[in-house]
Amino acid sequence: MKKLDKSTRKLISSIAVIVVLYLVMSGMQATGNLSSLMSGLLVPVCAYSLVAIGLNLCVGYLGELSLGHAGFMCVGAFTSAFFSKMYQDVIPDVPRFILALLIGTFFAALFGFLIAIPVLRLSGDYLAIVTLAFGEIIKNVINVLYVGKDAAGLHLSLKDMMDLGLDLDGVVLINGAQGITGTPRQSTFTIAVVLLIVALIITHNFVNSRTGRAVKAIRDNQIAAETVGLPITKYKLTAFTISAAIAGVGGVLYAHNINSLTATTNNFGYNMSIMILVYVVLGGIGNFSGSVIATVVLTMLPEMLRGLSTYRMLIYSIVLIGLMLFNWAPGILKFREEHGLTTKQIVDKFKKKKEVQ
Amino acid sequence: MALLEVTNLGISFGGLRAVDEFNLTIEKGELYGLIGPNGAGKTTVFNMLTGIYKPTDGKIFLDGNNITGKRTADINKAGVARTFQNIRLFGDQSVLDNVKIGLHNRFEYGTFTGVFRLPKYFSTEKEMDKKALEILSVFGLDKEADVLASNLPYGKQRQLEIARALATNPKLLLLDEPAAGMNPNETKDLMDTIALIRKEFGVTILLIEHDMKLVSGICEKLTVLNFGRVLASGETTAVLNNPEVIKAYLGE
Repeated sequence: MKKLDKSTRKLISSIAVIVVLYLVMSGMQATGNLSSLMSGLLVPVCAYSLVAIGLNLCVGYLGELSLGHAGFMCVGAFTSAFFSKMYQDVIPDVPRFILALLIGTFFAALFGFLIAIPVLRLSGDYLAIVTLAFGEIIKNVINVLYVGKDAAGLHLSLKDMMDLGLDLDGVVLINGAQGITGTPRQSTFTIAVVLLIVALIITHNFVNSRTGRAVKAIRDNQIAAETVGLPITKYKLTAFTISAAIAGVGGVLYAHNINSLTATTNNFGYNMSIMILVYVVLGGIGNFSGSVIATVVLTMLPEMLRGLSTYRMLIYSIVLIGLMLFNWAPGILKFREEHGLTTKQIVDKFKKKKEVQ
Repeated sequence: MALLEVTNLGISFGGLRAVDEFNLTIEKGELYGLIGPNGAGKTTVFNMLTGIYKPTDGKIFLDGNNITGKRTADINKAGVARTFQNIRLFGDQSVLDNVKIGLHNRFEYGTFTGVFRLPKYFSTEKEMDKKALEILSVFGLDKEADVLASNLPYGKQRQLEIARALATNPKLLLLDEPAAGMNPNETKDLMDTIALIRKEFGVTILLIEHDMKLVSGICEKLTVLNFGRVLASGETTAVLNNPEVIKAYLGE
């Protein structure tokens, strides 16, 4: 067999780990060994992982800090949930969910593209601030958006429900701050894991393709990239759009896992963008599997600490700081190197052991 | 027709006239040197030739095409590649990938083909690998193809930058102080490399350099810049014996 390169091997092993975890979790769920709290977290964890993968593409490979990815997740969630709700009784379940997935992804990508046009003229802190604002705008617009359907067609208002002027048989689809209620709950753990694996493969292929190399070149040195003839804007737009689209997939999953979808600060606002960024940074910038691991650990952790009630978030934040120091602090890195505790050294040791056997 | 024809090129930064009435004609196949004291505007000329700065006045013609004020990427496509005084490699990528990025516009497949690994991805990537290794072997860098560019020793980083520039298949190669920071032995190797790439790639070269041994050893013609203006230009020996050049730059 042809020898695979390092990143492909890493991809295959992380997919294997995900599959094993999936089997263990579904087994526990089937035999009733998983608490309802944990099993309720399975799909959201996958959804957050997807958004983290999308954001990692933006932060790690495009080299631009975006604080608006919860906004793209929001777009994906609401457009797909709107579609599912509207055609709930018209299209059968499976094709409807596939269409909803495509629609959510498409609109997240579209918003990503449109926002990227002005935003990618900026860089660094400015870009972060503007994406943050865009994320908030998306969330706040959805909070005042009222859409209803009756025999005459769709009605839209930015004021209140009465303003829609629906007939008696009309249905409110998006009810302002109350969002969308009664979306079919179609996101199963299986679908979520499949989408997660597909996203890992797509991002891996992307960063190792001709376009991906160009994107990394632009990140490493924009002027040099220009002098070898790379169209900077085109590739920045491409990477940002794909990044937003993957966040959108996360949104679709999220939306089809809950009964009532609302846009609050905690699920689609600033808090969520920061949470996702924490996953990306702690999982390793530019490391997609790392993002997934960090998401799983950091989403499960607060739930496991629930017993500590008041001190829960305190311990959570201490863990975050501890992880950050462990990964980045120069003194600790030196200590780890001296004692053979860096990831590379541990992996090497592990490999040697294998060879001896 | 000359390969590069620059007439009355000038640029101002606010009130500062960095380069003024700069003229330069380079014939195809020549090895041309641009010298002058620090701050004379040599790198500014390079930046205008590659579109990083937009000239305030003057015209630049490459092979008869007006490339004045075009975008950097388009100027590269027209046939100008360069290296930088402070090396600008894609440090987080392998030596091979650096050259493959240089090959970007010569081998095409779309983002979709790349993401979904359609057959064209594999065939094109294979061709790109082959071509990139071919270019690297000219510099003896093919053994280090998988090394991260930032982990290469200094001299090899300079060579890799030249290899990357050549990968774009340029008509004109601009080298900005290729021997900067090199010891005499490395400089000698560099002179051999430059002679070799002229032969292998048939490329015309314009270089900025302070090392007079290198300049007098390989350049056929010279232009001397001083305070943004051309002080002298012509055959190398004639220019280096010009009393004004000696006074302004070389020292008596």
